[in-house]
Amino acid sequence: MLTLDNVSVSYGAIEALTGINLHVEKGEVVTLIGANGAGKTTTLRTITGLLDPIAGRVVYEGNEIQGVPTHKLVSRGIAMSPEGRGVFANLSVRENLEMGAYIRKDKKAIASDMERGFELFPRLKEREAQKAGTLSGGEQQMLAMARALMSKPRLLLLDEPSLGLAPLVVHTIFEAIERIRQEGATILLVEQNANAALHHSDRAYVLETGRIVMEGDSKQLAQDPRVKEAYLGE
Amino acid sequence: MDTFVQQLINGLTIGSIYALIALGYTMVYGILRLINFAHGDIYMLGAYAGFIIATSMGFAANPSAIGFAVTLVGSMAIAAAVGMAIERFAYRPVRKYSKMTTLITAIGMSLFIEYLFVFIFSGTPRSFPQLLPNENITLFGNATISTSQILIFVVSMLLMFLLQWIIYKTKIGKAMRAVSFNLNSAKLMGINTNFVIAFTFALGSALAAAGGVLTAQYNPKIEPLMGIMTGLKAFVAAVLGGIGNIPGAVLGGLLIGAAETLVVGYGGYIGVPSTFRDAVAFAILILVLLLRPAGLLGSNVQEKV
Ligand SMILES: Nc1ncnc2c1ncn2[C@@H]1O[C@H](COP(=O)(O)OP(=O)(O)O)[C@@H](O)[C@H]1O
Ligand SMILES: [Mg+2]
Repeated sequence: MLTLDNVSVSYGAIEALTGINLHVEKGEVVTLIGANGAGKTTTLRTITGLLDPIAGRVVYEGNEIQGVPTHKLVSRGIAMSPEGRGVFANLSVRENLEMGAYIRKDKKAIASDMERGFELFPRLKEREAQKAGTLSGGEQQMLAMARALMSKPRLLLLDEPSLGLAPLVVHTIFEAIERIRQEGATILLVEQNANAALHHSDRAYVLETGRIVMEGDSKQLAQDPRVKEAYLGE
Repeated sequence: MDTFVQQLINGLTIGSIYALIALGYTMVYGILRLINFAHGDIYMLGAYAGFIIATSMGFAANPSAIGFAVTLVGSMAIAAAVGMAIERFAYRPVRKYSKMTTLITAIGMSLFIEYLFVFIFSGTPRSFPQLLPNENITLFGNATISTSQILIFVVSMLLMFLLQWIIYKTKIGKAMRAVSFNLNSAKLMGINTNFVIAFTFALGSALAAAGGVLTAQYNPKIEPLMGIMTGLKAFVAAVLGGIGNIPGAVLGGLLIGAAETLVVGYGGYIGVPSTFRDAVAFAILILVLLLRPAGLLGSNVQEKV
C-alpha cells in the first residue's frame, strides 16, 4: 500500500533521512521506533507531503506521491495524527471533528462517524462543546486520533500518540489503537514507547540517525537483545 | 448635550467605516501574520469601482435602492477579485521568505496601487454621485442624522453580522479559523490552505470596498490617495481592538471614530484644536502600544482569525 524507496530528506544542509526503505501493506500495523531526533517525524511529514524528499520515491497505492500537496493526499485516503497533536485550540471539540471530515460531503455518514469517535473516546463526548485548547493532553491526543479517523482514511499515520501522557492515559490510547486495528485499519505508528508499540504491531522498523538499522516481525524484534538493550530498557 | 449626541452620531458613522476596513487587516493578520499595507488602497479602489459602476450604468441620474445595491455589490466583487489577485501574485510567491520581505512587498503593493490610480484617473478628486436621496432628520434638540449616515451604520452592521456568520457557522469559515491557528494541521484535514487564504483576502477586500462606497455617500470626494489616512486609522483600530481579533476590530473602529469626532467637538476645551483630528488615532496607537500591546480584546490565547 505504501512504499518508501531510498528516500532522503534534508533540512537545509542537515540530512535527516538517508536513503530509507520501508513498506506498509494493507491491513498491517507497522511501527517505526527510534530515539528522539532519529527522523521518525520527518518520515511521516514526508509521506504526508509536508516535506519533499531530496531523493527517492514515495509510492502509495501504486502512484508516486512525492510533491503532491498535503490536502490532496487526504482525499486519497491518508490521515495523520501529528506530533504534538495539532488540535485547533480555538475550535470546539465538535468543530475539530468536523474539520477532520472536511473533504467529505455525506452529512449523515459524517454524523454517524462522529458518534463512533465519541464511542471510541467517551471523554470527547462529554467535552463536545468545549474549546479544544481547554482539554488535557490526553484528551487532545484522543481528539487528534478521532479527528484523523473522520476522513475515513485507508492509511492512518500516528506520530507518538503516547508522548507525555500518564500511564493510565497511554493505556487508553493503545486500547483505542488496538480497536482500530481489529477493525482492519492500516496503520503506521511512530513511537518512542517501543514496548507498547512492538506489542500492538505486526512489523517494526528501527530508525537511528536517519537510517533504518533493523526491521522485522514485532514479536521477534521485541526479543532481540540489541532492541531490548537500546529501546526496551532491559 | 446636543453637540455631544451629534458628535457621537458622526463618530459612529465614520467609526463603522473604520471597523469595516479594520476587519480586513485583522483577518489577514490572523491568518498570515502579515500587515497588508495595501488594504487601505483597496478601500480607495472600492470607491473608484463604485464610481465607475454608478456613472457608467446611469445610477447617478436616477437615485434608487437598486442602483445603490448594484454599485455596492459590484464594487465589493471587483475588490474581492483584486484582493485575491494581490495575494496570488504578490504575497504568495514571497510567503516562504522572511516577514520583512512580505512587509516590504506589502508597502510596495500599496504604492503601486496608489500611483497606478493617479496615473489612470489623475490626482484630481472626483465627485461620487449620490445614489440614494439624502435627507437630514432632526432628532431631539438640534442633533441631526442624515439618511446616508443611517445607511452607513445599517449596511456596515449587516455586513459585520454576515461576516460573523461566515466565520462561525460555515465550513469555509471554520476552515479559516483552523488555518489561522495551525496551517499544517489544517492541510492535514484536507483543507486547501491556499484557497482559504485567498478567500480571506477576498472577504477583507470586499468589506473595505463597501467602506469606500459607503463613505462616498457621506463625503463624495474621492481621490487616489484617500486610502492612506483612512487605512492607517483602520489599522490602528485593529491594533486597538487586538490585532487578529474580529470583535476587537469592530470595537476599535467605533472607538477611534468616536474619539476623533469628540476631539473635533470638545478638544478646544482642553487645548486640543480640531485640526488635531488625524493625530487622535496615532496618539491612541502610542498609548495602546505602551499600556496594552495586545489590544483591548486581545490576549495571548485569543483566537486569531
Ligand atoms: N524544522 C527543522 N529544521 C532543522 N532540523 C530539523 C527540523 N526538524 C527536525 N530537524 C532535525 O532532523 C532530525 C530528525 O528529527 P525528527 O524527524 O523530528 O526526529 P524524531 O521525530 O525521530 O524525534 C533531528 O536531528 C532534528 O534536529
Ligand atoms: Mg518526532
